[in-house]
Amino acid sequence: MNLFCVGLSHHTASVETRERFSGHAETDCILRGAGCTEALLLTTCNRVEVYGAAPAQVPTEEIIRCLARKIDQQLCQDASAFYRYEDAECGRHLFRVTCGLDSMVVGETEIFGQAKKAYESARASGAAGPYLHRLFQRAFRAAKQVRTHTDITRGSVSVGSVAVDLAEKIFGHLSGRKVLVLGAGETSERTARALVSRGVSDLRVSNRSMDRAAELARLVAGRAIRFDEWPEQCREIDILITSTSSEAPLLTPENLAPMLRDRIDRPVFIIDIAVPRDVDPSVNEMEGVYLYDIDSLQSVAQQSLALRRQQIAAAEAIIAEHVADFWESVECGTARRCADSTHSAISEGPVRASEL
Amino acid sequence: MDRYLLIVSTVCFLAAVVRTIAALRAGVFRPGRFNFLAVGLGFIFQTAFLSIRGHALGRCPITNLFEVFIFLAWSIALIYMLIGPAYRLSLMGAFTAPLVFLIQTFALLAPIDVRHAVKLPANPWLEFHASMSLVAYGAFALACIAGVMYLVQEHQLKTHQLRSIFYHLPPLTDLFAAITRLLWWGFALYTLGLASGFFIGEPLPRAQVVCAFAVWLLYAAILQGRHFRQLAPRRVAALCIVGFSAALTLLWGITFTAQMHSLP
Repeated sequence: MNLFCVGLSHHTASVETRERFSGHAETDCILRGAGCTEALLLTTCNRVEVYGAAPAQVPTEEIIRCLARKIDQQLCQDASAFYRYEDAECGRHLFRVTCGLDSMVVGETEIFGQAKKAYESARASGAAGPYLHRLFQRAFRAAKQVRTHTDITRGSVSVGSVAVDLAEKIFGHLSGRKVLVLGAGETSERTARALVSRGVSDLRVSNRSMDRAAELARLVAGRAIRFDEWPEQCREIDILITSTSSEAPLLTPENLAPMLRDRIDRPVFIIDIAVPRDVDPSVNEMEGVYLYDIDSLQSVAQQSLALRRQQIAAAEAIIAEHVADFWESVECGTARRCADSTHSAISEGPVRASEL
Repeated sequence: MDRYLLIVSTVCFLAAVVRTIAALRAGVFRPGRFNFLAVGLGFIFQTAFLSIRGHALGRCPITNLFEVFIFLAWSIALIYMLIGPAYRLSLMGAFTAPLVFLIQTFALLAPIDVRHAVKLPANPWLEFHASMSLVAYGAFALACIAGVMYLVQEHQLKTHQLRSIFYHLPPLTDLFAAITRLLWWGFALYTLGLASGFFIGEPLPRAQVVCAFAVWLLYAAILQGRHFRQLAPRRVAALCIVGFSAALTLLWGITFTAQMHSLP
């Protein structure tokens, strides 16, 4: 049995090329048209891949024709963007994909869910048989092991989620924490939403335009407060997200110190995403104050990405073990089936002879 | 025979230390079960050692500096086993193991296991005083370790330089809550130990009493500063390290002078 993967991804094809092959092919077409006994289609915004099992080798061109939205001159040029992996290499490729090693953002976990969904759908339609079942189950096991035993998924790589991760490392659970959003920009909205998704329920929004504050407050289930009230709010809150268009810093050690006087054992986390900055950088030197501006948030995101890259070797080692195990089990299964068929051929021999 | 049990126990703690260092160097620091199991196994061998020594002596095995250090190491491991998992501080094992390893290695290598020529009579008040104080020291040691963890985490958050260990250390507020609880437990036990010292029925060396009270006052001041919000969490964490260093020096002084007095 020939186990293969034919596809293209962000590594080999531009988004325009990927679009021409995405969301079109039916697994049935691949199964019937190309002569596969099993087939599974994995389509995400970054890749279009067909995993299949066939008694004889299925030409890559056949698969490409099934995937294409339309057959034209362009198809020949696009064919060069496709890759093909067979047998153990096909396993290695899928394991790397489900572990997030082949993703645009190394270590992202969304691909795991997408692969699982693709497998479930192929299984439900009967397109995935014993070979793909074994291949995908092993891929999911490998991905879980990589996730547990390495730091490949640790840390966040976007500004909003970095801010939320940091907040959790300062406060633990975020439920019950008070957040003030100062300035109703798009990034503050995203960060506020991310905090709400992790349990923040007390959210206050303040903006020079009260209408915009009210609008954002409605969107994030918070409450709007007048702009001149924000200094008073700073005495109560735990997290401050600021993104006003003020030319001069709104917060300096001088005006923040009186606000923090009665809360020596309660830290305050300030996320300053305004340019120019709303908070004087020397505020970070104050006791119990953790200040992150847009550059430092981006730097943390870069550090997370670098940390994830450091883990690739450890993840590859786990994958190599799974590939070896998987391929051994496939070969053992094939050998057993061969032995069984030979045995049945011998036992069936006299019957056939007598029939003749 | 009993020293072999202690050597095996020390090897268990060493295993946890080696694994932690290897993980740190590889940049894949994970608390995992290994540290907890290694500390747990080391604790079992420590307990076996203390039990054999206690039976041989016919009293609590804290008759010389060697036994005092082992009892202290045992108290640290005990408090970690009780407190660590309950407060999601499994990583504390990575910090506990080196401290226990150092104390035990020092105790094994230094010529401090001096057996008394005559069997010391058992004094329940003295044993209660010494064991309570040593368990209190265990709690102070753990508060010191939690303080180190707090300062490491705080430093990373302040400097914006996040390493692999950052993702495995508990949040600052959780660490500070653990420090506060450990300080209260340690202080209560230490007060009990100190008070019971007056019932021993023997005259107490003046210098020891003054030093013991100085340590008690230091921890009382830390707790007062914490309770009335006069000290910032970072200072409390730093003072836990200072306090334990002072307490350890005092313990050394007390047992060393006691040993000197008992020599013919």
